[in-house]
Amino acid sequence: MVSLEKVEWKGCEDVKNPFVMECGNYKTRYEKDMAIFSIKRVKIRMLGLAILAFLFPLLADNYVIGLATLCAIASIGAIGLNILTGFTGQISIGVGAFLGVGGYTSAILTSTLGLSFWVALPVAGLITASVGALFGIPSLRLKGLYLAIATLAAQFIILFVISRWTGLTGGTSGMVLQRPSIGSFSLMSASSYYYLCLIILLFTIVYALNLFRSRTGRAFLAVRDRDVAAEIMGINLFTYKVLSFAISSFFVGIAGALLAHYTMIVSPELYSITVSIQYLAMILVGGLGSILGSILGAIFITLLPVGLGFIMDYLAVYMPDMQNTLAAFQELAFGAAIILFLIFEPGGLAHMWSNIKNYFKVWPFSY
Amino acid sequence: MTFFMQMLVSGIVVGSIYALVALGFVLIYKASDALNLANGEFVLIGSYICLTLVTALKLPFLVALAVTLGVCGVLGLLVERVVLRPLLNAPTISVIMATIGLGNLLAGLVHMVWGHQTRVYPNLFPNTPVTFGEVLITPVYLWSFIIVMALLLAFTIFFKFSKMGVAMRAVADDLQAAASMGINVKRVFAITWAIACIVAAVGGVLLGNINGVNATMSVIGLTVLPVVILGGLDSIPGAIVGGFIIGILQSMAGGYIDPLVGGGLKEVFPFIIVILILMIKPYGLFGKGGMERV
Repeated sequence: MVSLEKVEWKGCEDVKNPFVMECGNYKTRYEKDMAIFSIKRVKIRMLGLAILAFLFPLLADNYVIGLATLCAIASIGAIGLNILTGFTGQISIGVGAFLGVGGYTSAILTSTLGLSFWVALPVAGLITASVGALFGIPSLRLKGLYLAIATLAAQFIILFVISRWTGLTGGTSGMVLQRPSIGSFSLMSASSYYYLCLIILLFTIVYALNLFRSRTGRAFLAVRDRDVAAEIMGINLFTYKVLSFAISSFFVGIAGALLAHYTMIVSPELYSITVSIQYLAMILVGGLGSILGSILGAIFITLLPVGLGFIMDYLAVYMPDMQNTLAAFQELAFGAAIILFLIFEPGGLAHMWSNIKNYFKVWPFSY
Repeated sequence: MTFFMQMLVSGIVVGSIYALVALGFVLIYKASDALNLANGEFVLIGSYICLTLVTALKLPFLVALAVTLGVCGVLGLLVERVVLRPLLNAPTISVIMATIGLGNLLAGLVHMVWGHQTRVYPNLFPNTPVTFGEVLITPVYLWSFIIVMALLLAFTIFFKFSKMGVAMRAVADDLQAAASMGINVKRVFAITWAIACIVAAVGGVLLGNINGVNATMSVIGLTVLPVVILGGLDSIPGAIVGGFIIGILQSMAGGYIDPLVGGGLKEVFPFIIVILILMIKPYGLFGKGGMERV
């Protein structure tokens, strides 16, 4: 009798062609199941993708690089929100204000106190994390809808404080920021700031992927699936819910600081409830509880108005007065996109992608 | 003292409209466990439709109001059928996001059709204020209050005695039990949405008569959240009581605290109350806290 331990099922791992899909599940060890890259080829493909992301500014013009930077920043924030909402199941409608906390912290630290960006960025993350944890405390007693309303209240209260605390934040007129610099080299150009955001995004992705292979991450999933059951199994609900708020807000704060240094201005209206809704839409359209989904959703929602703008430019030739309704049309399309995704693809873009992959796994012999 | 009374009266009137809009909100929550964040846009649409009928088509106000309510009822049915029914068994966040998406869609539609500038209803009520002791009340306020009170009374009777009202309460109480007793749950949901849309439209028409109509009016959809949290999300009397309390508190905060902090507190004050309530009494004044089984 052959013991299962000694048999190493390799599946199609020996195939050299990088485009061949893994055609079945051949995992025999727990470590293999937990690995981030299930087989070596996936690792190579992901590396290739990362290299493409790094080479991309060489080919694109500044406008496109700017859009890519916004996508990268939004991805960081969306991953943060997904950790809270998608993985831990705590609905938050206050992301906009937390982005604001990150942005304003960085603005105050760099512009008012004259600290370096490289100090301000992590501090902005930590301060946002503590504010997030503070507003996460009610989550122990509140669930679902009640929690959603509590975070909505957080959104309004934080924004009110920001716009009235004129001595600290400059009130409604906002504050001006500078781009960061390394030594004497300022990250003023579009591509250099893109690289900064991309590197931070890569760190965020690696952190998030590893988080859900650890005890903490699994505890988050247990809390999401059934918090009472999780508590009975020995998970301290209070600790993990507040921790989830803190970790999530940390990334949102980092995204807020990056965004503030990118636009080089912070003012209260940049962090309204509309922004919160956009971030929720990102993780919903992308896929709740999926890192890949957060990124895809962030890209989709960031590029949606741009794409609609192109369509409107095209249509303006035939209907000249359409240009005036562009903003309204964007709002309408945004709402329609959310509803259509919810009804027809609740798993989001990440689910669509995995469907496509599954289809090609055994293609063309799919039966 | 006169100032206090004046603030109190305007608080009561605004609060009565909050109560009405919150009623629609609670109805939907009770029936389908959904938080309707598109409520503000329902208010807006009702107000604009009635305004258009009165100004452009020159219909008499009461006819216009009746037509508006009819249109909004149909809108409610349509929304339920197209957006909410496919999400019947979806998780909470999906339903919340669906109503947010719906709100965006409707807001975009309203902006495309009616634009952004504030429009004013023609004077439907006389302008000379009525005096009660020292307090001056404009007839618009008085009429709003009377209409809202009449509607709230009508709905209370409807829920208590009509067959449909009883069916709605049964569905809210226990969906499966209601369905097994032969109640057509889908029909109840549809009618719930129609009613919610209609009360929102009435609120919109009244608010429009008081303040004029523009896109920012949809904020009321968020302001009623504190109302329903205070009253308890699943309690109709709670919505009514909560509406008055929040209306009065907001008016007082606007009158007394706003001059001290430089304005803007009026809009935020209800949300500060929300945080306090959620900390102290999470299920509101009249809400039912749930026991949970694993």
